[in-house]
Amino acid sequence: MPADSAPPAPSTAAARPPADAAPEGGSARLRAVAGSWEALLVGLLVVTAIVGQAISSEFLTTDSFTTGSLDFSEVALMALPLTLVIVSAEIDLSVASVLALSSALMGYLWNQGLPLELIMPLCIVLGALCGAFNGVLVTWLGLPSLAVTIGTLALFRGLAFVVIGDDSVTDFAATWTDRAFGNFAGTFIPNTMVLFAILAVAFGILLHATPFGRSVYAIGANEEAARFAGLPVRRVKLILFVLSGAVAALAGVVISLRNSTAAANVGQGFELTAITAVLLGGVSIFGGRGTIGGVILALLLLGGIQKALTLSESISSYWIQIVTGTLLIGAVLGPNIARRVGEARRRHAHHQQEGPA
Amino acid sequence: MSAAPASAPGSPPAEGAQARRLTEFIFRIRELGIVIALVALILVTAILEPRFVEADSLRNLALNASIFAILAAGQTLVIITRNVDLSVGSVVGLSAFMAGDVLSSHPGLPWPFVFVLGMALGAACGLLNGVLVTLGQVPALVVTLGTLYVYRGLAFLWTSGRQVNAETLPDSFLGLGTDSILGVPILVLIALVVVLVVGQWLRDYRAGRELYAIGSNPEGARLAGVRSDRRVLTAFVLAGALAGLGGVLFTARFGTVDATAGTGYELTVIAAAVVGGVAIFGGTGSVYGAALGALLLGTITSSLIVLRVEAFWQQAAIGALLLLAIAFDRLVGLRVDARLRRRSARRAG
Repeated sequence: MPADSAPPAPSTAAARPPADAAPEGGSARLRAVAGSWEALLVGLLVVTAIVGQAISSEFLTTDSFTTGSLDFSEVALMALPLTLVIVSAEIDLSVASVLALSSALMGYLWNQGLPLELIMPLCIVLGALCGAFNGVLVTWLGLPSLAVTIGTLALFRGLAFVVIGDDSVTDFAATWTDRAFGNFAGTFIPNTMVLFAILAVAFGILLHATPFGRSVYAIGANEEAARFAGLPVRRVKLILFVLSGAVAALAGVVISLRNSTAAANVGQGFELTAITAVLLGGVSIFGGRGTIGGVILALLLLGGIQKALTLSESISSYWIQIVTGTLLIGAVLGPNIARRVGEARRRHAHHQQEGPA
Repeated sequence: MSAAPASAPGSPPAEGAQARRLTEFIFRIRELGIVIALVALILVTAILEPRFVEADSLRNLALNASIFAILAAGQTLVIITRNVDLSVGSVVGLSAFMAGDVLSSHPGLPWPFVFVLGMALGAACGLLNGVLVTLGQVPALVVTLGTLYVYRGLAFLWTSGRQVNAETLPDSFLGLGTDSILGVPILVLIALVVVLVVGQWLRDYRAGRELYAIGSNPEGARLAGVRSDRRVLTAFVLAGALAGLGGVLFTARFGTVDATAGTGYELTVIAAAVVGGVAIFGGTGSVYGAALGALLLGTITSSLIVLRVEAFWQQAAIGALLLLAIAFDRLVGLRVDARLRRRSARRAG
């Protein structure tokens, strides 16, 4: 852990001066900060790779990538639309419960004798409806998304238990479970990662290269200004919640097939890991800032740390939680401290300039 | 308001008093609403299943709600300042295991000492949260999500798979979770005292009122000379200490604890506070409302069990209730806003 947390301070500090040197260009400065954040994550990734390799010679192998990324597929999928939701200054804590509800429905419908090809789209539609429910409460009734999605976190998880109870369904058709568990066309890359990659590109384009994405940033940065500028704030947010629900349900389908088990208690606490990834990726919890690229790097980092700690025999796997929590806080605390140091230095410089004059 | 009498003697203070009466009424109605829901729920359950109102069952109900009421009181202090403490469940786990571990390895230790220790541990956890939020300027949601992981991880590291069993704990300590004084369980008495003390502090004391000021208008509070950082820090430390107390009581009540004690409590506690009328964005609510919210959630769980509704519905019911509560608050809030606007328009015209 100390080895992990040491590098950030100097490298942010090093990245700061150029950003501070150009206080006029707001967007240039923003880009510099974002750039430095992603550089920092890459640095941390390198550190993780070195430490991981030191812990176990199995760390930097294709095999460990396959198993490590497979275990992280669902969180990774859910983090993508969640990025957009958080950039728009909202939050969705119900994603893991939607995942469970989708898994439960899948098991229930399979027991009813429906084919998987029909069940899977139905689950995703259900997830979209769950997201729409969140979105309507947030946008039409004007309720805070934090409170709404804590409520639906309990509600959807509860409904998952109502649908399937304590049972679990384990006899899914092998063609589909093999697909979910297998690798892509003979490579070491799991099929679920291919799915993630496709969605990552789609969400990356949506956020960074479309008018819709720009409006997400505008809404997150200043909702009132966005509304006065004529942006359909409610509709954009509703769409984001629907996307979040639909992808969470897709993650539910994936996890059910991957484990060959549909159950209501699946994925407890995944929402926190997904949010950790998003925030660690440099997305501001207050909205308006962050990139899909940063979130992907953060996912790689979290997955890498988890894999390294599970591979190690001497370090207790309980450290995963401590490292995750520390990284999450450090991700916001680090830049804050760097900014303060920068401001203090600038004030100091200002002082010295004024002194002789 | 103080300047008003000069311009139009008589009428503006009356207007002010009326507005104050209106807000006070809404507040009272909010807590009254939970009481009514509570009574209705107990009545309906009792009619369907008379066993529900037997002393034993009511006692169990009160015992179950007690720890949550204490935790909700602490959470209220934090939420009122427009922050949130998600780490409460992990602090409960840490403190619960600490209490069990210390008592079973030092049997001669007087048990009140464990309470001091547990609350100190909780306060330390709260202090870290508070320092990161105030000095570190990291949003409370992020800080406490992080410490939720860290504190839980520390609990796992500490226990390393061990578990404390009831047999190794002194009877006098376990008695706190089961015995009664004059027919009222000790645990319930402790919860009542905590809720009353914290509730009065928040309602009537300057430091408590300043928490409301910080929550409803942070900038305004700062300009009015409220030392916000210090107050927010106090709220986090108190919430942590109460979570520590809750953890010790958890051990007294259940006897058997491992590192998973209190997992997921944070959401129930926040739900209790919000159902009790504490607005998630600060500035509104009371400790009493939050405690009633905890009691209502506990009652729903108990009555569903008594009515033999499948246990699976419990969580869904809690979620639905939370959504209803915030929707209700929003509608009442809109009503009051509209009314106050009309009134000030009349006054202007």
